[in-house]
Amino acid sequence: MADQLHKHEHLIARLFVLPALIGLLGFVLLPFALAVTLSLTNLRLGSPLPLEFLGVEQYRRIFTDYTFLRALRNTMLFALIIVPLQTGLALSLALLINQPLRGIVVFRTVFFMPVVFPLSLVSVVWVLLFAPGSAGLLNSLLEIVSFGAWQPKDFLHDTAWALPAITLTSVWQGVGFQMVILLAALQSIPEELYQAARIDGANRRQQFVFITLPQLRNALIFVVLVTTILAFRLFDQVQIMTQGGPQYATTTIMYEAVNAAFASQQVAKGAAMTVVFFVLVLLLTLLQRFLLRQERAVA
Amino acid sequence: MKRKSLLTTLLIYCTLVGLGLIFLVPILIMLSGSLKIDTRVLIEAGSLAGLVPEQPSLENYRDVSTRVPFIRYLVNSTLITSSIVLTGLLVNSLAGYAFARLQWPGRDALLFTVIALMIIPLEAIAVPLSYQVTLLGWRDTYLVQILPFVANAFSIYLFYSFFLDFPKELEEAARIDGAGPVRIFFSVVAPNAKPVFATVAILTFLTQWGSFLWPMMVTHSEAVRPLPLGIAAFYTLPPLQWGDIFAFGVMMIVPVLLLFMAFQRWFIRGVATTGVKG
Repeated sequence: MADQLHKHEHLIARLFVLPALIGLLGFVLLPFALAVTLSLTNLRLGSPLPLEFLGVEQYRRIFTDYTFLRALRNTMLFALIIVPLQTGLALSLALLINQPLRGIVVFRTVFFMPVVFPLSLVSVVWVLLFAPGSAGLLNSLLEIVSFGAWQPKDFLHDTAWALPAITLTSVWQGVGFQMVILLAALQSIPEELYQAARIDGANRRQQFVFITLPQLRNALIFVVLVTTILAFRLFDQVQIMTQGGPQYATTTIMYEAVNAAFASQQVAKGAAMTVVFFVLVLLLTLLQRFLLRQERAVA
Repeated sequence: MKRKSLLTTLLIYCTLVGLGLIFLVPILIMLSGSLKIDTRVLIEAGSLAGLVPEQPSLENYRDVSTRVPFIRYLVNSTLITSSIVLTGLLVNSLAGYAFARLQWPGRDALLFTVIALMIIPLEAIAVPLSYQVTLLGWRDTYLVQILPFVANAFSIYLFYSFFLDFPKELEEAARIDGAGPVRIFFSVVAPNAKPVFATVAILTFLTQWGSFLWPMMVTHSEAVRPLPLGIAAFYTLPPLQWGDIFAFGVMMIVPVLLLFMAFQRWFIRGVATTGVKG
């Protein structure tokens, strides 16, 4: 009787997980295995050639392809700029918002609001802000604050300015997300730590360096990781604002992968690019796990 | 806390207002631009004084619907997003509950697999997945935009960790009354798990409402395309009329902003949760 009851419960438990497992198997695990497999072939939609196993040929091709290398470089450069910038800014905003001032919640709302804006819409709005000449708000503002010394630029069509412009757009939309995570971490630091430090005569800077930062360590590692992965996924802004241009200055791994798979129907090549993308994400995640474990060992 | 001097407080408020303007001005430009006659948008976009439209008009809003099927995009987005959110809540909460609270053989190995799958982002599988759905003949449908996103490893994980800390007493009382796992879940556990349902719903909603890459890859007709593709197409549709584009943007964001204002605490708590659990 008890045995039968157990069997019944096992069955129910399996039925509970079944729909989720089917979904994950069919739409995550299978395509993932397919990505690796397809990247080793010559699959090209509509091609008359028979499907062939090519080994690492696609990888050799993309790693000798100027455009993909440029995309890899742009993606890394984008991450390298945006991660410290956005994390630093998010931390500053969180510290500002964490003060016991009247009406502070209003500012939290305002800083967070762009997070609910779809990137596609944000990109379109910022195209106008970056407009060349005096029609663009950014050009006019820079002209005013530099007392006319600023030469108006066509940001999105300038090889030097296009990527920074996309970076600015992304920070504006996303920084509230990281701010909220860091704010929650700040608010979970026990007040006693600060009281003890004050009794020992620590000033505000010392309190920040010796209490706040170490207590935020895990949250900061998490924010850095999430921001880096988000940076590697960069696509929407590029597709809408620059289409990878000018002269490949803003093309990214995902932009090239989608282009390969759709514009030129080279599914195998696109798959190889997304595998490279995944390996980068995996390495970063492992690095984060390692850093977190290291801290636990110390503590 | 030591009381701050008046000067410090004033300085902090100035900083806050300055920063607040940076976040607000692009939104205000969109709003005011949507109320202006098209020819004035570009002329006035270069100055902050241009934020107040001289003769506000709703003409742009009428234009949008005559130039593109805005309502169609809105209906598509609403249908796709709400289907994913609702079915996702059911499917992932059941799985999370089974992993956290039910005993069954093979549970731990499967849980480990689900957690490992969390690190595969959509971008890493988008190309083969689109090939897969092409073979299935699912391209250009609602289904292809919904089904792949219902089961979600991260949502399962959020439910799992919430149910792990759920007080056992409630379930035990129900079990003594003779309730099975199905009734316990739906009538005892789920009604007491509103925070995690809200968190998952909001995070799913935010990702799916803004979804751009996937629908771009697998749809091509306006009949099934969502709002983000709508604005991208509208923005390149000649003649370039910024007033119309901004009106489209405002209509696209207003439903989200209303939701955000109504459930602000939950939005912020939901996002903060990702950090704690990650």
